[in-house]
Amino acid sequence: MGKQRRVIPGFGLTLGYTVIYLSLLVLIPLGVLLLKTTSLSFEQFWQIATADRVLASYRVSFFSALSAALINSVFGLVVAWVLVRFSFPGKRVLDMLVDLPFALPTAVAGISLTAVFAQNGWIGQYLEAWGIKVAFTPLGVVVALIFIGIPFVVRTVQPVLAEIDKQVEEAAATLGASAWQTFRRVIFPQLFPALLTGFSLAFARSLGEYGSVVFISGNMPMKTEITPLIIMTKLEQFDYTGATAIATVMLAASFVLLLFINLLQWRCSKHQLPY
Amino acid sequence: MTTGNRKAKDRWVRAGLLLIAVLFLGIFLIVPLVAVFAKALEEGVSVYAAAVAESDALAAIKLTLLITGIVVPLNLIFGLAAGWCIAKFSFPGKSFLLTLIDLPFAVSPVISGLIFVLVFGAQGLLGPWLDQYNVKIIFAVPGIALATAFVTFPFVARELIPIMQSQGKEEEEAALTLGANGWKTFWRITIPNIKWGLLYGVILCSARAIGEFGAVSVVSGHIRGMTNTVPLHVEILYNEYQFVASFAVASILTLLAIATLIAKSIIEERSHVH
Amino acid sequence: MNMQKYLSFMLAGTLFLGLAGCGGGGAATVAGTNSAASGQEPKQAASLPAVELLNVSYDPTRELYESFNKSFAAHWKQTKGQDVTIKQSHGGSGKQSRSVIDGLEADVVTLALAYDIDALTAPGLIPANWQERLPDNSSPYTSTIVFLVRKGNPKQIKDWDDLVKPGVQVITPNPKTSGGARWNHLAAWGFALKKYGGDEAKASEFLKQLYKNVPVLDSGARGATTTFVERGIGDVLLAWENEAFLAVNELGKDKVEIVAPPTSILAEPPVAVVDKVVDKKGTREVAEAYLKYLYTEEGQKIAAENFYRPRLEAVAKQYEDKFPKIELFTIKDVAGDWKNAQEKHFADGALFDQIYQP
Repeated sequence: MGKQRRVIPGFGLTLGYTVIYLSLLVLIPLGVLLLKTTSLSFEQFWQIATADRVLASYRVSFFSALSAALINSVFGLVVAWVLVRFSFPGKRVLDMLVDLPFALPTAVAGISLTAVFAQNGWIGQYLEAWGIKVAFTPLGVVVALIFIGIPFVVRTVQPVLAEIDKQVEEAAATLGASAWQTFRRVIFPQLFPALLTGFSLAFARSLGEYGSVVFISGNMPMKTEITPLIIMTKLEQFDYTGATAIATVMLAASFVLLLFINLLQWRCSKHQLPY
Repeated sequence: MTTGNRKAKDRWVRAGLLLIAVLFLGIFLIVPLVAVFAKALEEGVSVYAAAVAESDALAAIKLTLLITGIVVPLNLIFGLAAGWCIAKFSFPGKSFLLTLIDLPFAVSPVISGLIFVLVFGAQGLLGPWLDQYNVKIIFAVPGIALATAFVTFPFVARELIPIMQSQGKEEEEAALTLGANGWKTFWRITIPNIKWGLLYGVILCSARAIGEFGAVSVVSGHIRGMTNTVPLHVEILYNEYQFVASFAVASILTLLAIATLIAKSIIEERSHVH
Repeated sequence: MNMQKYLSFMLAGTLFLGLAGCGGGGAATVAGTNSAASGQEPKQAASLPAVELLNVSYDPTRELYESFNKSFAAHWKQTKGQDVTIKQSHGGSGKQSRSVIDGLEADVVTLALAYDIDALTAPGLIPANWQERLPDNSSPYTSTIVFLVRKGNPKQIKDWDDLVKPGVQVITPNPKTSGGARWNHLAAWGFALKKYGGDEAKASEFLKQLYKNVPVLDSGARGATTTFVERGIGDVLLAWENEAFLAVNELGKDKVEIVAPPTSILAEPPVAVVDKVVDKKGTREVAEAYLKYLYTEEGQKIAAENFYRPRLEAVAKQYEDKFPKIELFTIKDVAGDWKNAQEKHFADGALFDQIYQP
């Protein structure tokens, strides 16, 4: 691989800079975290990382992030579709707003969502009438994570959808395929890698989310307590090693997840693109 | 199936999809957004203006702008370097490198703050050494900048890599073969090709840098008028039962975000001329 | 060959860290002097250079120190002719203490409980006998835990017993993250011990019943107040007395009212000068004077105005009507000291965790 002659210069410079900056800002600080964890014996580490309350928090974090990411994949696809294929008044405003969760500080999002979904809030009071409680229940965690994850699916699917050749669809339609068939057989396979990326980005981001969740979740141990909150709790009890142990578990999960995504994406794109 | 039938059905599907999309965004984005402004203006414009012009709020805004000004250029240069080497060359471990670039994005903000405390804190790895030279990182501007840079690390790179990949390297190769040097090629060929993605990345990066809460909260020290960024100031006001002031300052952040997004969409529109 | 290349990159990266550290340091120093300069602006040429203190405190003291700082600055100017600016940092008590341990340069700490200041002794920031250096266990003002209920007290909550009744929803923050919540927990514990004649098993059962009635555990005292008052969740909020008064005044006299239980705990929020910091910054004199001023008549009045119970007899008499009469027990009576309380109640696997064990 390295033997082919390169016309384009700057490989050493850019890769060097990338790796150095990455090391300084990301890898070395994260390495210190791992280093700190090694001050524990494996038994101690295992005991901290698999305590009942911690296990429960993994479950809460994992399943809320998963549900939120799945919901976002479905609705995010619809939103992207609507934004790319339809024209309607207010489209640009809607398109713009999709990025809002990036910009709104998570704490503000948390406060605002709690105000809206609490049992006396704008939406919460109607849900309450139906017997649905959102704020201070596991559902509240999911709502906060949906908010956080919206842009990821929409923004990864949107450009791919825009590039898909309409002629192929039209051809499929002329050949007698129904709209659903065209979507499933022709469009969806092309969208899938982007959708998967969006899903996993939303999922990964949701796993670690803290600011918006703590306001709306109610923080009940075993029920709505998320893993980042456990880390925070340990820190406030001056239990640094405990906090870093759990942080390490989360970090490993994020890393494996991202590695998996990137490999999957790489394979998908290999299958699709001839070059 | 006749075409007429199909068209009617299409219309229903379209309306349905549109409704779903609008409802979804309405509930999860627009209502909370409106809530921010509604609460901010609850007690009238004068209370709103007073909250925003208060000296601690102004100090917080200044600090946030300073941090953004430090962090965005750093991540921009990184994004360009990463985009160049990943998109234009193939080398072993590329997939791994991409994963590492994404990593900060998946790391919990709490951990992002924690790691810098572990490195630079008084009890941390370099703490005693820094203390000897009376260098303050944590609970000062550098610490806040570091944590923010970490959190916003992948944004420019993630925008640029796919764009640069999809553009390939033919144009650059052609320019180089025709005798242009590396820099010239970069400025004349690459930058114009990626400028919109670049802009989008910068906007996302700035927006996140302005809004970051969790990580900054761990390293800031919350000193009023000194190390409080705007999101932290929002939390402080909220905790002082000054809900109106809190949402007022929050609305500034929101307005700022909306303004940048509007700018982006206008510029994007123009860019589609080609 | 490629491996080698990567390795050298990584090595370069590590080396670079040192440089970045220095660079960052330069920026830090500049930022430091800038903010100091902008903070001063002496109006007249003072004989002494202006000085700046950082008071790291917990959540509910914002209003107290806002007025106290003004009063102290005037007092210091008058007696010493020196300008003093006091910067404030507020947050959860444990979090604030952790920040100081990690290098937040606090001249004085004014926290919710002694345990959080005790934590500063381990890294040598203050000596182990810190609590003996000022009168009254270094707590210039006290408080207690009271109930905040909905207007008219519809559930008729009068005493700690009423909290464990079925159908009563109690709001209290998480004692793992909130200092105030630890006082709440220990107050309930003290009541139960008394009720069951010191039977700890029964007292634990009482707490278990109490937490069963808790629908939301906010991470801090202020969050819990907001949940109760703004979100309208729960029938009763366990709160600092000063918080409860503040909540009634700020958030709605028509919405909530205070109920004082017959017995509760004497909460002693302590203060201390951080020796290592003041010696480094050369601010010991003014920092010590700052804390001592809390014990003067003027300081005590400000505390009382902000709903903290004053220690000084004369001032206490003056504000007598302001505070409900409650029989108060101390942490010594119910848990020995904070270290014991922590181990028995709040450490991992201790009583609080057991309550939430499935």
